[in-house]
Amino acid sequence: MTTDADGTVTTITTPIALDYRYTAGEASSRFLRAVAEGRLVGQRCPRCGKVYIPPRGSCPTCAVPTRDDVELSDRGIITTFCVVNVPFVGHVIEMPYVAASILLDGADIAFQHLVQEVAATDVRVGMRVQAVWRPREEWGPTMENILHFRPTGEPDVPEDARSVPT
Amino acid sequence: MRRVAVVGFAQAPSVRREELRNEVEMLMPVVAAALDSCGLQREDIGFTVSGSCDYLAGAPFSFVSALDAVGAWPPIQESHVEMDGAWALYEAWVRLQHGDVDTALVYSFGKSSPGNLQEILSLQLDPYCVAPLWPDAISLAALQARMLLEDGVSEADMAEVAARSRRDALENPNAQLVGDVTVDALLAAPYIVEPLRRHDCAPISDGAAAVVLAAEDRARAISKQPAWITGIDHRIEAQSLGARQITESPSTALAAEKAGAFDAPIDVAELHAPFSHQELILRRALRLDGAVRVNPSGGALCANPMMSAGLIRIGEAAARVMDGTARRALAHATSGPCLQQNLVCALEA
Repeated sequence: MTTDADGTVTTITTPIALDYRYTAGEASSRFLRAVAEGRLVGQRCPRCGKVYIPPRGSCPTCAVPTRDDVELSDRGIITTFCVVNVPFVGHVIEMPYVAASILLDGADIAFQHLVQEVAATDVRVGMRVQAVWRPREEWGPTMENILHFRPTGEPDVPEDARSVPT
Repeated sequence: MRRVAVVGFAQAPSVRREELRNEVEMLMPVVAAALDSCGLQREDIGFTVSGSCDYLAGAPFSFVSALDAVGAWPPIQESHVEMDGAWALYEAWVRLQHGDVDTALVYSFGKSSPGNLQEILSLQLDPYCVAPLWPDAISLAALQARMLLEDGVSEADMAEVAARSRRDALENPNAQLVGDVTVDALLAAPYIVEPLRRHDCAPISDGAAAVVLAAEDRARAISKQPAWITGIDHRIEAQSLGARQITESPSTALAAEKAGAFDAPIDVAELHAPFSHQELILRRALRLDGAVRVNPSGGALCANPMMSAGLIRIGEAAARVMDGTARRALAHATSGPCLQQNLVCALEA
């Protein structure tokens, strides 16, 4: 509580904390169990055929449940990226670093991850990358099993050959 | 005014804890069933609006991810209220008055199981002087019940509401609490917060619901017997509990008057009363006598999915009109502590 010169209360602090037990859901649970075994499993829409990873149990375009699992490789391309130069409270990664949208081979939607083992100035859209996994004994049901992605050294995928996620 | 009708309705069975499915997975079959119930595809919908509360999920913008359940591509006209789906339905009704779209999908969802519902509900109170004390919803309702008992209502009157609700719910496959119990048996149970016993309080539920609205000729084309909304209105009372006439519900009475609830006799009323004594308050405010069938579904005392229980009252009342068991029905939804905000919807064949 703070007061001004004549004793009027100007601010109060009322701490609030709520605890939750999160339900991942059927689709996310399957994805997380597979990640714990070092596998990346998406789901295919039975109507439009698009493959989503991580799967959320539905196709957001067709609004139908997705049930067919699709095992994907841990390789893909960078579809867009951001070089982060501004530190934030609690950041643990050395500046600058690259946060990128990674489109795995066979997937129709990109997810965000780190790109490392390459200078930030050398990162390109269309660059081929692969996952760098933590040691197997550290794996759990989390995407943190993948430390980051690194360039494979393969030629970039030209713009007209990229499947564009919608 | 354009005439707007309920033409489709579906709900998920209410459960204490939906362990497996997340909100989107719980909602998706409900939206599909509501559309199926009136033979529409999602492409036929002109306007979509949802009611939910991020505090239940503990995640900001959780209502945005819920759009995965309706399919928002190509882009759709869509809105959201951080309230029970009954208020989302009100927005859809207003939207249909514009005249450029003829159909609307209203959905709501909420899982109370991930968090502590009593703590979450405390946070809707005045944030300076009341919420920091964390008064829970049951304790506030108990204060209201105590004042009502001093007005001459008895604990047996309250137990009678619970017993009737649970008996009626035997016929409702979506209800969570059902059974044939006597008033004496209920009154033999201990208080949980005096003067409330467990049967006086709604169960904690996970659930979802969806309603399809259509206007004018479109409604007639979709449904043989649409449930026409002849009036809908909502009113709110002061935030400070001490400033309210807590044993009456003036906002319900005013909303009912504006919705035309008193203009003609009612066959069926679905009241959103999460506590037994609140049904008694609402009956008085809505001037319902013994001739009106109240809560044939069992009401919120038998299934109370937060953010959906109000929309379900409209859906249940509309279903009685659409299936021909009622010519004129009333639906009521509430929000906030001790019946703070109330919506009344009059439906007609």
